[in-house]
Amino acid sequence: MKEFSLLLGGMAGDGIDKASLILARILNRLGYCIYIYREYPSIIRGGHTYSIIRASQNKITTHTNKVDCILALNQDCLSLHKDRLKNDSFIIYDSDAVKPEGLPLIKQLQGIPLDKIIKEEKALAVTRNSCIIGSFCKASGIKMEILEDVFKRNISRELDMNLKVALKGNENTKELFKLEKISERCFPIFTGNEAISFGLIKGGLNSYIAYPMTPTSNILHFLASLAEKFSLKVIHPENEISVMLMAEGFAYAGERVAVGTAGGGFCLMTEGLTFAGMAELPVVIILGQRTGPSTGLPTYTGQTELHFALNAGQGEFTRLVIAPGDAEEAYFWSALCLNLVWKYQLPGIILVDKTLCEGTYSFNIDAIENIKKCEPVLWDRKEQYKRYLNTETGISPLAFPSDKDAIIKINSYEHDEAGITIEDSVTTKDMCDKRLRKEKYLLEELIEYKPVRVYENANSTVGIICWGSNKGVCIEAGQNLGFKIIQPVVLSPFPKEEFKSAISGLKKIICVENNATGQLIKLIKYYGFDVDEKILKYDGRPFSLDELENELRKIL
Amino acid sequence: MIQKDLTTYAKNTWCPGCGNFAILTAIKAVMKSLIDEGLPFENIAIISGIGCHAKIVDYINVNSFYSIHGRVVPVAQGVKIANRNLKVICFEGDGDAYGEGLEHLIFAAKRNIDITMIIHNNRVYGLTTGQYTPTSPLGFKGKSTPFGTKELPINPLELMLSSGATFIARGYSSHLELLKKLFKEAIMHKGFALVDVLQVCVTFFNMYEYYNKTVYELKEHDTNDYNRALDKIREWDYSANSPIGLGIFYKKNASSFDDNFPKTIPQKEDEKDIKIKNILKDFV
Repeated sequence: MKEFSLLLGGMAGDGIDKASLILARILNRLGYCIYIYREYPSIIRGGHTYSIIRASQNKITTHTNKVDCILALNQDCLSLHKDRLKNDSFIIYDSDAVKPEGLPLIKQLQGIPLDKIIKEEKALAVTRNSCIIGSFCKASGIKMEILEDVFKRNISRELDMNLKVALKGNENTKELFKLEKISERCFPIFTGNEAISFGLIKGGLNSYIAYPMTPTSNILHFLASLAEKFSLKVIHPENEISVMLMAEGFAYAGERVAVGTAGGGFCLMTEGLTFAGMAELPVVIILGQRTGPSTGLPTYTGQTELHFALNAGQGEFTRLVIAPGDAEEAYFWSALCLNLVWKYQLPGIILVDKTLCEGTYSFNIDAIENIKKCEPVLWDRKEQYKRYLNTETGISPLAFPSDKDAIIKINSYEHDEAGITIEDSVTTKDMCDKRLRKEKYLLEELIEYKPVRVYENANSTVGIICWGSNKGVCIEAGQNLGFKIIQPVVLSPFPKEEFKSAISGLKKIICVENNATGQLIKLIKYYGFDVDEKILKYDGRPFSLDELENELRKIL
Repeated sequence: MIQKDLTTYAKNTWCPGCGNFAILTAIKAVMKSLIDEGLPFENIAIISGIGCHAKIVDYINVNSFYSIHGRVVPVAQGVKIANRNLKVICFEGDGDAYGEGLEHLIFAAKRNIDITMIIHNNRVYGLTTGQYTPTSPLGFKGKSTPFGTKELPINPLELMLSSGATFIARGYSSHLELLKKLFKEAIMHKGFALVDVLQVCVTFFNMYEYYNKTVYELKEHDTNDYNRALDKIREWDYSANSPIGLGIFYKKNASSFDDNFPKTIPQKEDEKDIKIKNILKDFV
């Protein structure tokens, strides 16, 4: 099979997250590339939660609405998702908890008495998901050795019990077809949050500071778990105001630091953000968008904070805003962002969303472009140290407290080269120019990294413009329909010339975004460009491939 | 290259008679004595908020971080955790520390992080020209409360004691020698130290006469005893007419938050890549 898609659903607390990762890693062993879409409510127990696990022979970073198989741990799972079934889809369900009624005509339907099995085996209730995984492996002809090996690597508690119930599930199921091994490749599989974490480490991260907030909390958790291995200082302070200012204390002392949050937390960080702009302190902010405004849908997605990221805070200063599109890009640009903010001494924002942060991807580290080393400019000790020395590039050489013979004075007020508060008009203008001048040099450097990405079909006269996590779904839809895809990755400073050349020759431009007002369209309009059509989705869910293709066909 | 004289070229713009001069004089004397005793000059970092007090960082020629209103404490914690060789000395107004940034102060005390807080407590907003603060007495008539405040002040020392601070003291801008002693002990204390300085604002809330009548220096007070410290701290609630004790109220040895972090070890690029690739194997 070229591709295979399955949905696993149950109640919050059923362990759907972990079980879907295990299913994905089993499919991974057959040589497939993986993408998992996770949808869950903002509750800890009860409510419906599910994952769509898509496996393909090609690199994919999106899911499809239609699935080949549903594994149902509760009734909601069948009731809510029956429209996703195709004629030849099959269902495995817990016959102790689910009545397979009101379904479209399905050829293959297998009930497994999960409650009965776990009672007989005296197993924990949460092992129902292991039982259904065992059942799925039998139905799709996957060898139990693969399941066993994946279980061993992924289950730390009650492994034997999980293996036992999986075997029971397996024995109680009929084989329906055979998912064959399609290649030898077997990439690591993890979330966008984990890719960002690795990217920050690659970029030289010394410390990570965050207050928990979906969708970026898992960066905090993951980096905390790696703290010892990479000598990281990982801190969870009292609120996001503290997070941002603490980070600036780290930056002043010479430690590479990043923070993570969502829109609500970023609101609290904005006073610190403009401080970083004024005081020229390098900090990377991971901003994970979700459905707003205010608390909105806290565990769902959106792309509504582009202009917030671009404009947050008082005053004018240079900032770097980057919106990677998938896990590999998240790794690459997080590492690069940390390097660049240290070279140019400014705040940098990695603008992501729930789709990317909590989506799970096959990750091929060898396919990632080289990150050229860009070192910060350090004080050469020749002249007396001035923290804000006004240079041609606007970049002042760095020294850090404890460096001998340097006095390093940081200031939130307008200041002279030494960092002493001033109010005179000439210095005020000179220092503003100095800070803004960095943008030109930053943009020049960014050009080397192709800040606007273009994908097949490059010869098409129809172009789709997208940003962030819509990259994958647009590329795949574009491939299927023969369009050119344009993805501006760097949004500030905006690479106007690169964008212009990317859209040149197009007769029709369609913009695809997860918001109601077309935020990327507003941005490109500012630079004198426009689009012909827009496809906007703002119901908290990302586009699926089939959904976007339908929308595109409607337009054409 | 560095002048060991601690004065900068910045012009001092405090009002004549301002209590901030005493704090400036005292801290410079303490810094000089610490340097004479062997503290490397470059290992001092001072941090301020925003307000009249905050100008102090412009006036002292050492590493400094002129931060924003109420945010001295998170900055100080970042600096200290990042570089534990530094003596991190913070100046904050009562509006900064006890109002805008109170949550940070409580958490820093709770963590017992090794920083020194010197609070310029003039009990009035000076730079915004005369409004009440969290420690203004009941009935204080300021520009935002022309008919007098209807709320009692907080007692910041009582709050700090209950939050876990391990060094709590009060000074007064007219008692210069005591200020020097308190600052030095606070800086040498390993852990979270707070010195609340009754710093008189001559322009908007001139309390010299009142304080001169009511302050006294603590004698034979057992600084190790939590309950006695609490009693002494409660003697004056920052509002009622009662004697105002000056000196160290409480002192305790305890482990400090900043002791708990791994040392930053510079890593070679290829070694780091290998480490990352090894961890990636766990994700198959």
